[in-house]
Amino acid sequence: MTAAAFAVRPGASRQLAGTGTLLRFALRRDRLLIPVWVGVNGLMVLTMPNTLKSLYATPAARADLVAQMAANSSLRALVGPVLGDSLGALTAWRVGVYAGALAAVTSLLVVVRHTRDEEESGRQELVASGVVGRRASLTAALLTAAAANAALALTVVAELSGQGTGGALAFGLGLAGVGMVFATMAAIVAQLTESARLARGLTAGVLGAAFVLRAAGDAVTDDGSSALTWLSPLGWLENLRPYAGERWWVLLLFAAAVAAQAVAAYALAGRRDLGMSFLPTRPGPAAGRLGSAAALAWRLQRGGVLGWSIGFLLAGAVYGGLTEGAADLVGDNDDARRIIERMGGQAGVADAFVSAMVGMLGLIAALYVVASVLRLHGEETSGRAEPVLANAVGRLRWAAGHLLVAFGGSALIMLLAGAGFALGYGRDAGPILGACLVQVAGVWVVGGLAVLLHGAVPRAATAAWGVAGAVLLIGWVGPALDVPRAVLDLSPFGHLPKLPGGPMEWRPVLVLLLLAAALVAAGLTALRRRDLKL
Amino acid sequence: METSHLAIEVSGLHKSFGRTHALDGLDLEVRAGEVHGFLGPNGAGKSTAVRVLLGLLRADSGTARILGRDPWADAVAAHRRIAYVPGDVTLWRNLSGGEVIDLYGRLRGGLDARRRDGLIERFELDPTKKGRTYSKGNRQKVALVAAFASDVDLLILDEPTSGLDPLMEEVFQRCVTEERDRGRTVLLSSHILSEVEELCDRVSIIRKGRTVESGSLTDLRHLTRTSVTAELAGPPDGLSRLPGVHGLEVRRTGPGQGRRVRLQVDTDKLDAVLRSLGASGVRSLTSTPPTLEELFLRHYQDEAPEGVSAR
Repeated sequence: MTAAAFAVRPGASRQLAGTGTLLRFALRRDRLLIPVWVGVNGLMVLTMPNTLKSLYATPAARADLVAQMAANSSLRALVGPVLGDSLGALTAWRVGVYAGALAAVTSLLVVVRHTRDEEESGRQELVASGVVGRRASLTAALLTAAAANAALALTVVAELSGQGTGGALAFGLGLAGVGMVFATMAAIVAQLTESARLARGLTAGVLGAAFVLRAAGDAVTDDGSSALTWLSPLGWLENLRPYAGERWWVLLLFAAAVAAQAVAAYALAGRRDLGMSFLPTRPGPAAGRLGSAAALAWRLQRGGVLGWSIGFLLAGAVYGGLTEGAADLVGDNDDARRIIERMGGQAGVADAFVSAMVGMLGLIAALYVVASVLRLHGEETSGRAEPVLANAVGRLRWAAGHLLVAFGGSALIMLLAGAGFALGYGRDAGPILGACLVQVAGVWVVGGLAVLLHGAVPRAATAAWGVAGAVLLIGWVGPALDVPRAVLDLSPFGHLPKLPGGPMEWRPVLVLLLLAAALVAAGLTALRRRDLKL
Repeated sequence: METSHLAIEVSGLHKSFGRTHALDGLDLEVRAGEVHGFLGPNGAGKSTAVRVLLGLLRADSGTARILGRDPWADAVAAHRRIAYVPGDVTLWRNLSGGEVIDLYGRLRGGLDARRRDGLIERFELDPTKKGRTYSKGNRQKVALVAAFASDVDLLILDEPTSGLDPLMEEVFQRCVTEERDRGRTVLLSSHILSEVEELCDRVSIIRKGRTVESGSLTDLRHLTRTSVTAELAGPPDGLSRLPGVHGLEVRRTGPGQGRRVRLQVDTDKLDAVLRSLGASGVRSLTSTPPTLEELFLRHYQDEAPEGVSAR
């Protein structure tokens, strides 16, 4: 009797086997995320030319805008310089930074979600035991990101081709390029950490740095020529100059960065075991000192608080250091000089710059507060809250620990941003710190909404991200557009006094603080009354 | 009010999630100091019942008392005297097992450090590893050590041994026995029948959110049939007329009068059968009590006809 033999086919190891199946599966899982993201970006690009046309109807009005931007370093830092006065150029300018950042965020989320998330949850083990090549999962994740970015590029090109095909092509490809740079960056980081959360955080940190560099560069030059701008992929998008004498070779920068990062990601992925990472988990203490729900919440979130603190301190310091230069740069433009004078001279320009930057940091701090509040949601749905709450810990005490970190942490990072700002600027710190603390009222309202969503409609708790996104969109893109006042008023940040420079108004700040307190109270009441989501 | 001898008292408990009726009039009584087996097929509502008892879910109707308290309104006070091991233990990826054990102990109001160290040794757990690096069985050990090391009156264990190897299963059984000897009450939801048979004083079987059987194993056994095989010196007399006898088979064992008899009998009618057999001169006798499996199959199977389930 002979043993049955297995058929062993000689030949290639088929490292990519199963990629197609995994890609279809990934696209199915992202069937909501990708279309929504392309839709939001598409809508922004689609409506922009007409909005701009109604705002700046004549070439003279557009020239005036260009002059204003040349004078206004704080607006430049926020949204980049205006490089041309055609409707296409203005659209690319107005949408560029926001759409680029959104492309980067979505791409990094998609890649981490289909790589490290799958490994961390243990699902990848089952997938990898099938007829799936060693490189298939990473390839499918990158192809998913590529498909999303291609869809975005096509949409943008189709929408803008009426303004000229060359510029539309440059802008669409540039956005997709930014997306793919961060997709491949996330692919590298996902090899380094065992935690998907950390991978997302680190890649988002790189994006934050890219944003700060571009903003810093654009604050000190009015044509994107600063070396700081060239260090940032978001700056490359600007320097591709859609509708302003396209520099096609900049696309090669994107291509080179994407290729180099993809090669690095594959090299790292090929050198490690499933579920392992290059920053491995070290053993911990055999006995612990954690003794309360609040201590646990702090322990779980302290890494995030540290990261955000460093980021905000550095961002504040960079912008503080630029304030003087930004206020000095007026150029030979008469219109610009007139505008500066109208804004209150050099001191007024400096104040306006500080105010704009502090306002932007406040908007970004809203993302921190949402992430931190939603840890409650994560703890609850992962099943980790269940045994904690089966101990002698009431729900309020459990929630209070995380909310303390969320709300206290957002005040802390704004304070650190102010401290960094004051250090970088080198003038007296009081007004800047005050301006930063005022932002906290707006941040806390967003946090309160997140608490309410988690308490009252736990199934839709992640909609809090939508709230933060909407607030960012309103604060970032809204003011320069012809958006109805009622829409602008939806964002709590729109009600805050413009500090420093403007008068301090206590009333809106107090109203927002009360509103935040009411939202938190309502959310906690709802949390106490409902079933846990287990 | 004479409720002090009941650690858990549940009657007519209802809980629905949308259109699913997870609990449909559940009754459960766990006496202080006993190990109570809580049995039922997957999806019968065991975990839902446990979560209502822990105040994590709120019952739609019915009453529940745990250690004499309302599990929803008085959750925190009750939890001081309760240790819970969930069926699926999830740990924080960046906390070591030892940290989690100590955290749970402190959140409950303290744990016995000597006992904790002893348990870690007995369960052969490495407390320095971090969350994600533990296997399923080791994650369960973390929760078990935390539960057994704490000073509580009631242990609620929801399928706590599904990931343990046989050696650890034995350690677990010894720990439960020790807990009972220390006067503690244990509610043990389990699918491992040998474990239930070994440990539990009484069991409740639930199906579709309702209690279908409750009592001591001895009580429950009486509800089913015992198999008897006997070799007799002479032909049996009147066996087939006895009440409660089923499936009687009589065979000659040789050229003489010897007979081999096989039958099944309702366990509470066993006595009369043995007398009747004795009258014919018993040469050998084997009697097999109903297995727990038979008990379960009878209650788990949908519309199981009695003959099938008792086999």
